[in-house]
Amino acid sequence: MTSLARIGPWPLGGLRAARLVERNVMVYRRTWLVIVSGFFEPLFYLLGIGFGLGALIGDVPGPDGRPIPYGVFVAPALLATSAMNGAIYDSTFNVFFKLRYAKTYDAVLSTPLGVGDVALGEVAWALIRGTLYALGFLVVTVLLGLARSPLVVLTVPAAMLVGFAFAAVGMAATTFMRRWTDFDFIFVVTLPLFLFSATFYPITAYPDALRVLVVATPLYHGVDLIRGLSTGVVGPALLGHVVYLAVMGLAGVAVVWRRLDRLLLK
Amino acid sequence: MPGRMSRGEPLPLVHARGLTKRFGAFTAVDAIDFDVARGEAFGFLGPNGAGKTSTMRMIGCVSPVTAGTLRVLGLDPATDGPRIRARLGVVPQQDSLDMELTVRENLVIYGRYFDLSRAEARRRADALLDFVQLLDRADSQVEPLSGGMKRRLTIARALINEPELLLLDEPTTGLDPQARHLLWDKLYRLKQEGVTLVLTTHYMDEAEQLCDRLVVMDKAKIVAEGSPRQLIERYVTREVLELRFPAGASVDLDGRLEGLAERVEQLPDRVLLYTDDGEAAVVAVHERGLRPESALVRRSTLEDVFLRLTGRTLVD
Repeated sequence: MTSLARIGPWPLGGLRAARLVERNVMVYRRTWLVIVSGFFEPLFYLLGIGFGLGALIGDVPGPDGRPIPYGVFVAPALLATSAMNGAIYDSTFNVFFKLRYAKTYDAVLSTPLGVGDVALGEVAWALIRGTLYALGFLVVTVLLGLARSPLVVLTVPAAMLVGFAFAAVGMAATTFMRRWTDFDFIFVVTLPLFLFSATFYPITAYPDALRVLVVATPLYHGVDLIRGLSTGVVGPALLGHVVYLAVMGLAGVAVVWRRLDRLLLK
Repeated sequence: MPGRMSRGEPLPLVHARGLTKRFGAFTAVDAIDFDVARGEAFGFLGPNGAGKTSTMRMIGCVSPVTAGTLRVLGLDPATDGPRIRARLGVVPQQDSLDMELTVRENLVIYGRYFDLSRAEARRRADALLDFVQLLDRADSQVEPLSGGMKRRLTIARALINEPELLLLDEPTTGLDPQARHLLWDKLYRLKQEGVTLVLTTHYMDEAEQLCDRLVVMDKAKIVAEGSPRQLIERYVTREVLELRFPAGASVDLDGRLEGLAERVEQLPDRVLLYTDDGEAAVVAVHERGLRPESALVRRSTLEDVFLRLTGRTLVD
């Protein structure tokens, strides 16, 4: 046997994973409205909180301490949140259904595709959806004058990174779920993340001990990264955020890989 | 593998020696040996839990071998899984059709998993839908299809990559007789086209209809091997006389049927007499003053072989 015959960790360089994305495109081609709906979630938050509440609040301290309008402050946090929510939704409910009920992956694994392709394909799909939403949100942010820097275009790849991190970890968590009620745990995690990750007020509002806790959680890194880019306040801290999210995503994919192997290739 | 074929004797498509599968302390497949030759229809016959599905999953490269040797298409599943699977068709026991796609899309995307071009996948999808008589349902969702239609679609899906070896795990379980016969007809045609079939079943008639050669599995082991005819000749007589007695009467049959047949098997609901001449046995039974409620003479089947080998019936 030549070395080509061996199953590498990325069969065919991960290209086969694209077939799974193609499958999902096929599914959503008919129900594209479902996809569009995902765009409205952050938009509604932005209108309700950014403008409604923002009119009462006025200015808050930005990332560099200088005051910025509340809408400018909260918009990037809402983008980060919706990137998280979209990724979690795709990688948990949808994946659980395909894994436990529809046996979609069992059928896929009878073809040349392997568990690595399944893991990559599903995370990639969650990522692609998240990217579409981020692009839509970017357009709205710019139109509403809530972007303060040309660096705002980088919020799209940043939102992708947030999506990747949460999709991978969400799918990893899903492989441990046994029944639908287990999914309540997801809200137990994501709701506090949404509320307390310096989303609605600066992290300086917390006492030191709590601040350490918040900085340890993932959405904070997404929020601060995207806020830094859209307000044009960049520094080494942003690089830290990128590394945190990338490591989180890769760790998630590694866990998914191992778990699918155990669950599907018994 | 043209190089390997040039030795004159073609390699078996599946080759297993001492093949073993364990799940923790439980042994599902216990050191079995078998070979499947190109072009034959090979069956695993046995009751639920005999180890048939575990064996099929190992051949299908979706379940690692615990011990022993397994070669599929001359390759080792442990290192060549994707390359082997590229040349296999798999019909799993449990339907795994994609409920979020239409009938045609199920085939097209499956073709794409096998790296077919979109145009080729669509062309084959329509040809296969025609073959399994589902062309008129091509744009329907999968959900409303009947059990038999879903099975046929699953078979069509397994054929999208024009496999050399088709694995069928209990292909007709749960289908009504009409649907089963339609499926058997399709499988028979595939066999005639040269596709090698490996199937599991716990239906005797299915094994007799489809299999050139089969192994009988029981409790993780192979207990017999041969063609359906050979097995019947080797293990049972040509005919069987089935006697039913009024409820309660069979209790005191003890010894009264002795010597009437080569072998007597007492089941909860009936008594089986294995003999080469069933009619003569009926007469003999009556001569002994026994009055069965009914007496049926039939040809021996694989069911009888199984009963003989394991002392149990196949389908509980």
